[in-house]
Amino acid sequence: METISDLEKQLGGMREFYLKGKTKEASWRIAQLKGLRNFLREKEEDIFEALKKDLRKHPVEAYRDELGILIKSLNLALNDLKKWMSSKTAKLPIIALLSSAEIIPEPLGLVLIISSWNFPLGLSLDPLIGAIAAGNAVVLKPSELAPACAALLAANIPNYLDSKAVKVIQGGPAVGEQLLQQKWDKIFFTGSTRVGRIIMLAATKHLTPVTLELGGKCPLVLDSLSWSLDKEVAVNRILFAKFGCCAGQACIAIDYLLAEKQFSSTLVNLLKAMVKKMFGENPKESCSISRIVNKDNFLRLKKLLDDPLVKASIVHGGQMDEDNLFIEPTILLDPPLESELMTEEIFGPLLPIITLEKIEDSIDFINSRPKPLALYAFTKNKTLQRRMITETSSGSVIFNDAIIQFAVDTLPFGGIGESGIGKYHGKFSFDTFSHYKSVARRSFLTDFWFRFPPWNNSKLLLLDSAYNYDYFGVVLVILGLKRSRKGFNIN
Amino acid sequence: MATLSVVMLSNWSNCCNRPSGDYKFRQAYRRNNLHLRQSSHLSSSFHCLCATTLPVLEEQKRTFDAERAASLVKDLRNNFRSGRTKSYEWRVAQLQSILRMIDENEKMIIEALYEDLGKPELESFTAEITMLKSSSKEALEQLKRWMTPEKVKTSISLYPSSAEIVSEPLGVVLVISTWNFPFLLSLDPVIGAVAAGNAVVLKPSELAPATSSVLAKLLEKYVDRSAITVVEGAVAETSALLEQKWDKIFFTGGGRVGRIVLTAAAKHLTPVVLELGGKCPAVVDSNVNIEVAVRRIIAGKWACNNGQACIGVDYIITTKDFAPKLIDALRNGLEEFFGKDPFESKDRSRIVNSFHFKRLVGLMDEDKVSDKIVLGAQRDESQLQIAPTILLNVPEDSLIMQEEIFGPLLPILTVDNVEDSFEMINEKSKPLVAYLFSDDEQLKKKFVQNVSSGGMAINDTVIQVSVSGLPFGGVGESGMGLYHGKFSFETFSHKKAVLYRSFAGDSSLRYPPYTPEKQKLFKAVISGNIFGIILALLGWSRD
Repeated sequence: METISDLEKQLGGMREFYLKGKTKEASWRIAQLKGLRNFLREKEEDIFEALKKDLRKHPVEAYRDELGILIKSLNLALNDLKKWMSSKTAKLPIIALLSSAEIIPEPLGLVLIISSWNFPLGLSLDPLIGAIAAGNAVVLKPSELAPACAALLAANIPNYLDSKAVKVIQGGPAVGEQLLQQKWDKIFFTGSTRVGRIIMLAATKHLTPVTLELGGKCPLVLDSLSWSLDKEVAVNRILFAKFGCCAGQACIAIDYLLAEKQFSSTLVNLLKAMVKKMFGENPKESCSISRIVNKDNFLRLKKLLDDPLVKASIVHGGQMDEDNLFIEPTILLDPPLESELMTEEIFGPLLPIITLEKIEDSIDFINSRPKPLALYAFTKNKTLQRRMITETSSGSVIFNDAIIQFAVDTLPFGGIGESGIGKYHGKFSFDTFSHYKSVARRSFLTDFWFRFPPWNNSKLLLLDSAYNYDYFGVVLVILGLKRSRKGFNIN
Repeated sequence: MATLSVVMLSNWSNCCNRPSGDYKFRQAYRRNNLHLRQSSHLSSSFHCLCATTLPVLEEQKRTFDAERAASLVKDLRNNFRSGRTKSYEWRVAQLQSILRMIDENEKMIIEALYEDLGKPELESFTAEITMLKSSSKEALEQLKRWMTPEKVKTSISLYPSSAEIVSEPLGVVLVISTWNFPFLLSLDPVIGAVAAGNAVVLKPSELAPATSSVLAKLLEKYVDRSAITVVEGAVAETSALLEQKWDKIFFTGGGRVGRIVLTAAAKHLTPVVLELGGKCPAVVDSNVNIEVAVRRIIAGKWACNNGQACIGVDYIITTKDFAPKLIDALRNGLEEFFGKDPFESKDRSRIVNSFHFKRLVGLMDEDKVSDKIVLGAQRDESQLQIAPTILLNVPEDSLIMQEEIFGPLLPILTVDNVEDSFEMINEKSKPLVAYLFSDDEQLKKKFVQNVSSGGMAINDTVIQVSVSGLPFGGVGESGMGLYHGKFSFETFSHKKAVLYRSFAGDSSLRYPPYTPEKQKLFKAVISGNIFGIILALLGWSRD
């Protein structure tokens, strides 16, 4: 990485380019979005290869969770951009007669996107789509922990997008720190809560607004479903949302499961049977499960299981292969709540099941912990559904499925409390990278004399009517037909 | 003396043990409070011993420390968790009470504003009371609609499903207000916070002590004090509050304190709204109806809390040729509005305190600036008044062009071509508002396109804040976050995504083990290509 002054020079150049106004043009934005789409289409094989190298992601998984989602986002942005860019009008009070008012979205300027390693492409490019759709100049720092993807982005983005306004800067924490010292108009960060705090603190220096996409322990509340078919579908969805999605290394992966005690043995048996169906008798051989990203994370997960009380609660799996960074899909029944497994975000293929007397107890259980990014509830009970929505707080609530909310463009994606600040996806991405500027326009024609000093009581009365859209009142006062209010006068 | 202190302190702790809304001791915070309007809890014999008990009072001032702030937040959090504040009925009741509170106490409010800022009654009425009333009325009218979850569409790949966006309150929020519109800028955010169903702590500014005290007294009387509380105080109290974990902090004030607030918030990952200020420029083209333009500029400078407003006109940019005409017109307009003797008029607020008076005098008296004064500059420290002052072509590197003026001084800068003003504005940090006076449609368009600011008003000043359909808020150095009307509600709400699925309509497509056929089908589904989906399902896909 270049020295700080080099970096400053680079960013200075980008800011200068931004000020010329080119990035604000709709045609520029469309060209960039199309460029990005071409990159994804033309380099598909390279992308699969890089994701395989970094995380041993299966191409289907890569397409489903990253490439496909991105193409969908791009298509939406290209389709709706003109609509997003257009201004909205607002109503004005009578005092501003013969006026108009509108709200115009404008780009923020030069923005920084710091991405994460678990969906190294998706989480880099999805915010980028929003940032360029909104007309900003962008620096993207992909995660150094997914080096193949970072290199792929750095090598290709300059060929497909306007390199004067979009740059990829690779590097680790040192580079991150250098970047954070610069002045940005927005910082969009995906990653851990710990680093999120550092980002927010760094942003205070320049009063930079931040979007923090963090994680947290996303619970799944599993009601004892009565139909066996429902149970099967539910378990399928659970397994997919835990093990089938980057091996649980996803901020919206199910972290733990809450179920009624009497239902737990049925559940465990079902889970065991379906895991085998999905990943085979020997999951190590399966190419359908990602590996752990690196040794650090492998050891962290291993340590979670080292706790003897936790180890004792394993009911399925638990095998590990350090050389291949592989951890078998592992299910635990009632591990101690104070263990690290249940206090830290797991971010790996370990699924603790916590049993409760009554499924309704899950509400208190969830409320006594930090607000999660997503709350999943598998239930057909409408009352429980309503209670889940109104009595708990989380970034999102999903009933009877998991993970897929990420693909719904019409829903905002983002956390609350410890799980993050700000939201994106679809139009929300555009909004996140835009400033909504209010513009009020007036003509010189009309001007009510009662707006200006010297002040007297009749002006006061007129203003009262005018501000409150009371046209009739205004006329009455002007005609002298409405008498003054309780007349007190300090002056 | 020692006994008295004990008695006093025990009285003190009595009132501390009362429900959280009851911060009677805030009375003790009042500045210039030698006459000490005592809370009813303190013994009356206390009055005659004021002087000797001052040290004890000092002790009490420190009583609102982090520990007490923590217990206050804890109480409020428990009350929030009970779910009461989430109900539509609770919110409506609070908003109605606030409206009633303003209606029934107009006189008291206007008097407090006069005491704090010498604010003319009509200004207090229009800029604070009426604004607040229409805010509460709008919230009351619209609340049901605002609270209704928004249904949204879901895509084909998720069929069958439905989705909605639910607005939920954030929890316990802190509103830190300021002194220039001490009533409006305290209650307007509170209205938004309450409409959104939050528990709120309001910290009014200690620099407007009379209003702060009125707010504390009135809110306690009118609203549910187990969920809406006023904490009066200065730096120590604010620090104690900032140490706590909030679900949102809404701050109005200067950039320096804004940074402190943001830093404190980062520790708890608390989202923050910063309503700051900045130097709001007014560009004046030579083709304007000069009389109207000048009236409106005066309205947005001297008739708006005497320039002490974050959206007031800070400086003017006009063309060299037009400047003399503009100055003449301003001079006439000022005389028409405020009379020949600038100190005689009661229609301008005074400077808030002697600190700011001295700061403003310092700006005028700077070496390279003092010879640029073309009008005004008379000052009267005893009345805290400065005459409407106009300066022509002050240097860019002077203090008056570097910091936000926040007072009755108006520098006019000149350019050859009116469009050169855009660059001058863009070189500085982004202002809260940028004003343009012009009859040239092209110029208006370019101004809107090329100048970045929180908001804009064309051919008028200040009036844009009364438009509830418009969001109010800054960008860059002028702040972050928006409010007013529905935007206030949204600022204090979390938009929770809710997705409903049934167990029907599941396809094995999503699940491992993965196969090349699944990949093809995925592509078709994601691109919404029905024909492709059928082909892939039949195994006839080409790619």
